[in-house]
Amino acid sequence: MPLALLARGGDASTALYIVAFSLFIIGIKQGTHPTTAKRGNLVAAVGMAVAVVTTLLLDGIGNWGLIVLGLAIGGGIGAYASIRVQMTEMPQMVALYNGVGGGAVALIAWSELRHGLNGMELEVLIPVLLAGVIGSVSFWGSNIAFAKLQDLIPTRPISAPGQQVINAVLVIAIVVICVVLAVDHESPSQGLFILLLVLAAILGNLVVLPIGGADMPVVISLLNAFTGLSAAAAGFALDNVALIVAGTLVGSSGTILTMEMATAMNRSIGNILFSGFGGAPAGGGGGSTEERPHVSIGAQDAAIKLAYADTVVIVPGYGLAVAQAQHAIKEVADELEKRGVTVNYAIHPVAGRMPGHMNVLLAEADVPYENLKEMEEINPEMSRTDVAVVVGANDVTNPAAKNDPDSPIAGMPIIEVNEAQQVIVIKRSLSPGFAGIDNDLFYEPNTSMLFADAKAAAAEIAAEIGNL
Amino acid sequence: MDLFAEITIFVLAIFVGFEVISKVPTTLHTPLMSQTNAIHGIVMLGGLIVVGEANDGIEYLIGTIAIAFGAINIVGGFLVTDRMLGMFSRKPKPKAESDGKGGS
Repeated sequence: MPLALLARGGDASTALYIVAFSLFIIGIKQGTHPTTAKRGNLVAAVGMAVAVVTTLLLDGIGNWGLIVLGLAIGGGIGAYASIRVQMTEMPQMVALYNGVGGGAVALIAWSELRHGLNGMELEVLIPVLLAGVIGSVSFWGSNIAFAKLQDLIPTRPISAPGQQVINAVLVIAIVVICVVLAVDHESPSQGLFILLLVLAAILGNLVVLPIGGADMPVVISLLNAFTGLSAAAAGFALDNVALIVAGTLVGSSGTILTMEMATAMNRSIGNILFSGFGGAPAGGGGGSTEERPHVSIGAQDAAIKLAYADTVVIVPGYGLAVAQAQHAIKEVADELEKRGVTVNYAIHPVAGRMPGHMNVLLAEADVPYENLKEMEEINPEMSRTDVAVVVGANDVTNPAAKNDPDSPIAGMPIIEVNEAQQVIVIKRSLSPGFAGIDNDLFYEPNTSMLFADAKAAAAEIAAEIGNL
Repeated sequence: MDLFAEITIFVLAIFVGFEVISKVPTTLHTPLMSQTNAIHGIVMLGGLIVVGEANDGIEYLIGTIAIAFGAINIVGGFLVTDRMLGMFSRKPKPKAESDGKGGS
């Protein structure tokens, strides 16, 4: 028994959808500042409530038992996950959300095709095909990204010989099937459509499997863009303006982030997706095995260096997230600030496993957002910095990116910690980072290595400073 | 709706999206992503529509899963974004009591 208060495609429902997507845009717009972003999120959520209620009132809406069931299961899982997730695990969570979003679109596309087996107009069929393919690629690609981030499968690049050829064949097969279905739009074959979804699924798996951990910020952003596009395609198929606009907003967001991440690595998106960068040597030893001279210090020395500095810059990386060291680092900063030391944080755009990952971790530890400095902002300050502390970051601090044109990371913008008067690197060992190359920073005369777990080391340093 | 009207909306939405989102500071990129996940949950509307049109078991199943997936995005996305943004907007406490994250 549908409520059927509004006609599908009618003036009233369209007007309400316009209200909904306007609220999305206002919500995102308020997300441009930390103090208004929370309200913006609420505004967007109200927009979503308007869109959902409007749809529930449409004619043709029925099977309420299933609707309630789906809402209860999905809402329950979403609420539970979002309350339980740790901030260090945000990349996995976003990967998972990308995945289910893409999956939903692929399923909707399939259902739409089943209703058009007796003939579909091309202006419906083409978006259905796009939604199916992009949705399926995003679903499976995101699942792999999730599994890698959650350490369910190795984060190291996994690839088979001839993979590029296989990928190319898959893409061609997908295009051919789409053309066949489009030509045959008077009676499209469901079997072929399912084959299309399966091929897209295989492609999603094969494209993400060879991508290593440090490239995840790009992959997650790209999959985010894909899910948005798939939603927009579904909007064309269902003639739903809210889906078109909302999907396009998500697509724009993902695209912007993807481009920013790729720029921050000085690599093209194609290069990241289709070449297993760091694949071979990322194991452990790296290329050169000879021991280069370096200075190793303990927590007490580090505490003294820090306590008598005027300005300290902390450079966090993925290792900070792995060690869950954000709270301990904040304690060090608190102790230093008590002594009148200025402490800032320098965040490289690709530090961590997703855009903004470090910022969220530090915000969780109550670091004021004013102290989180972007790379362009902090680099000119580096030469006036007394001590730079590198915690769990590696490649993004490697001066070889600037100095050595033959380095694999040449041209990648870095946080120029080597410009600081002194550098302390908290790290478990001298092992190379993701790019598989030695970090010249470790061997500079003004660099001291503190070999330890980041969390334990930070706690010790904080205690030592307190005792001084 | 007319196809070209929809394409017009799509193209304009691209420009609006780029304009608005390029102003989001990098510090808020993670919440931006989870919020766009939530907004992506709009696809649940498609699930609601296809469940209404469903004629057989497979279609009931497809539609229900699509609704559940969309609901994960909406509920999970908005809640986790709210949680994160709460961390950005709160006043720094005088002394953070290690947030109960002591152990391990």
